[in-house]
Amino acid sequence: MRATRHHVLPGFRITLGFTLLYLCLIVLIPLCTIPIRTWTMSWARFVDVVTDPRVVASYRLTLVTSLAAATVNAVFGFLIAWVLVRYRFPGRRLIDALIDLPFALPTAVAGITLTAIYAPNGWLGAPLARHGIDVAFTPLGVTIALVFIGLPFVVRTLQPVIDDLDAQLEEAATSLGASRWMVIRHIILPYLYPAWLTGFALAFARSLGEYGSVVFISGNMPMRTEIVPLLIITKLEQYDYAGATAIALVMLLASFVLLLGINGLQHWAGRRLVN
Amino acid sequence: MSAPLRPAGISPTASRRLLTEPAPLRWTLIGLVLAFLAVFLILPLVLVFSEALSKGWAAYRDAVSHPDALAALQLTLLAAAVAVPLNLIFGIAAGWTVAKFRFPGRSLLITLIDLPFAVSPVVSGLVFVLLFGRQGLLGPWMEAHNLHVIFAVPGIVLATLFVSFPFVAREIIPVMEAGGTEEEEAARVLGAGGLQTFFRVTLPNIKWGLLYGVILCSARAMGEFGAVSVVSGKIRGRTNTLPLHVEILYNEYNFQAAFAVASLLTLLALVTLAAKTIVERRLYITTTAVKPDTIAETD
Repeated sequence: MRATRHHVLPGFRITLGFTLLYLCLIVLIPLCTIPIRTWTMSWARFVDVVTDPRVVASYRLTLVTSLAAATVNAVFGFLIAWVLVRYRFPGRRLIDALIDLPFALPTAVAGITLTAIYAPNGWLGAPLARHGIDVAFTPLGVTIALVFIGLPFVVRTLQPVIDDLDAQLEEAATSLGASRWMVIRHIILPYLYPAWLTGFALAFARSLGEYGSVVFISGNMPMRTEIVPLLIITKLEQYDYAGATAIALVMLLASFVLLLGINGLQHWAGRRLVN
Repeated sequence: MSAPLRPAGISPTASRRLLTEPAPLRWTLIGLVLAFLAVFLILPLVLVFSEALSKGWAAYRDAVSHPDALAALQLTLLAAAVAVPLNLIFGIAAGWTVAKFRFPGRSLLITLIDLPFAVSPVVSGLVFVLLFGRQGLLGPWMEAHNLHVIFAVPGIVLATLFVSFPFVAREIIPVMEAGGTEEEEAARVLGAGGLQTFFRVTLPNIKWGLLYGVILCSARAMGEFGAVSVVSGKIRGRTNTLPLHVEILYNEYNFQAAFAVASLLTLLALVTLAAKTIVERRLYITTTAVKPDTIAETD
């Protein structure tokens, strides 16, 4: 395959060899320990661990809060991307640079900071508590932490696509008498759906595994505010390696399914852009 | 994409007016976005520094120059100093293989490189416990040879390597692909050696992409919390990184010190963002300056 077109360039074997070796050593072999370790458990024990009521409660919390956070991010991410690409206002470039803060800020710092803000005596927690809304140590707090860490995904996947929108289409529709709302509804939005959905899926996938930013604000009450990664840590601290591994396998499978879905989405988005 | 042509009969200003939302709506949306970002991004930044300095400069200086904090800083830098260069070499090798050659399994390889992004940080730490821990696959053998990885520095370095693994590779691959292979082929035909071709032709073309990847990789390597927390054992002064030190201080209700150490990491994040923005601009200039015919040649 390679010999026909690029035979002039050297180094294929050595770079491919090194790439595969390093990939195996650092990523693939360590990841294989999860299925191998689970294999040594009996099926009944595995089912017992992953369907334990406390574990099921953590799946539910993680799924619900991740979905809620990804939805908030989809809405505000769209608005932010639109405003940053289409409008001009003072401070736009500074804000554009700041969008990636959740990627750059260590999750533990985000975690303690959000907890301090939303704690019952915090800057926002105190006024909210006076209106009967508790944020820290509730599922709402978990959702807020997940909104923070998922924020850049939707913005960064939509920005280049909005930037690429062919102004000709909008102009043609407008000159044919379409209202601004019709142009957005029938021309702009359909074009953005794949990227929008990809951003949503990326934010959702990141939320499922998130630990550092959530573990402080969640309060970690069994059955109520425990996320899935926390249960892995809890089992490890009790030296229940098999239990921790079984839950990790469930998480790993969930993330692979999502990864495949996201790849498919990006493929679809790429095809649509070519058309 | 072709430059937008304006339909005849509509003046530029009129069409621009029609092609955007009415001004009141525009300003409402801008206000909404600014309010959202003020709550979610600006407020946390302000809080970190305000809490860090809540007991004055002396307390701040004490917290960040405490021997445990300095030891944590040292370990954080050590982990990054191992992880970033190794992942940089990997990124260049992977970029060369994937971007300059076509071979069966190529797209699978690209997907596998992104794998650590899909794995929860806690699971990333767990896999090394399962491999090297006392109950791990290699545990008995390591015990017999008195080797310690888990609850020791090597485990922290390995976990850091894992989580910061894809950053350089995934930034370099698109930049190398955009460059095509013509320039390298020309250099080879004119008699340049393999390494000479790389250093004189490829490297200048990818240097901004490379730097971009290194910035992202370093930020992740120094800021990682979940994976490192699983393998570290959190022994003060020995296996504590800066993010773990923040957690320990916070759990001891020593909030001011926790935020003081956190403020160092926040400053690091802000420097990362600034460096990233500058490099992004350079990257944009380099990639858009690529000749159209070289883009057409790559798939």
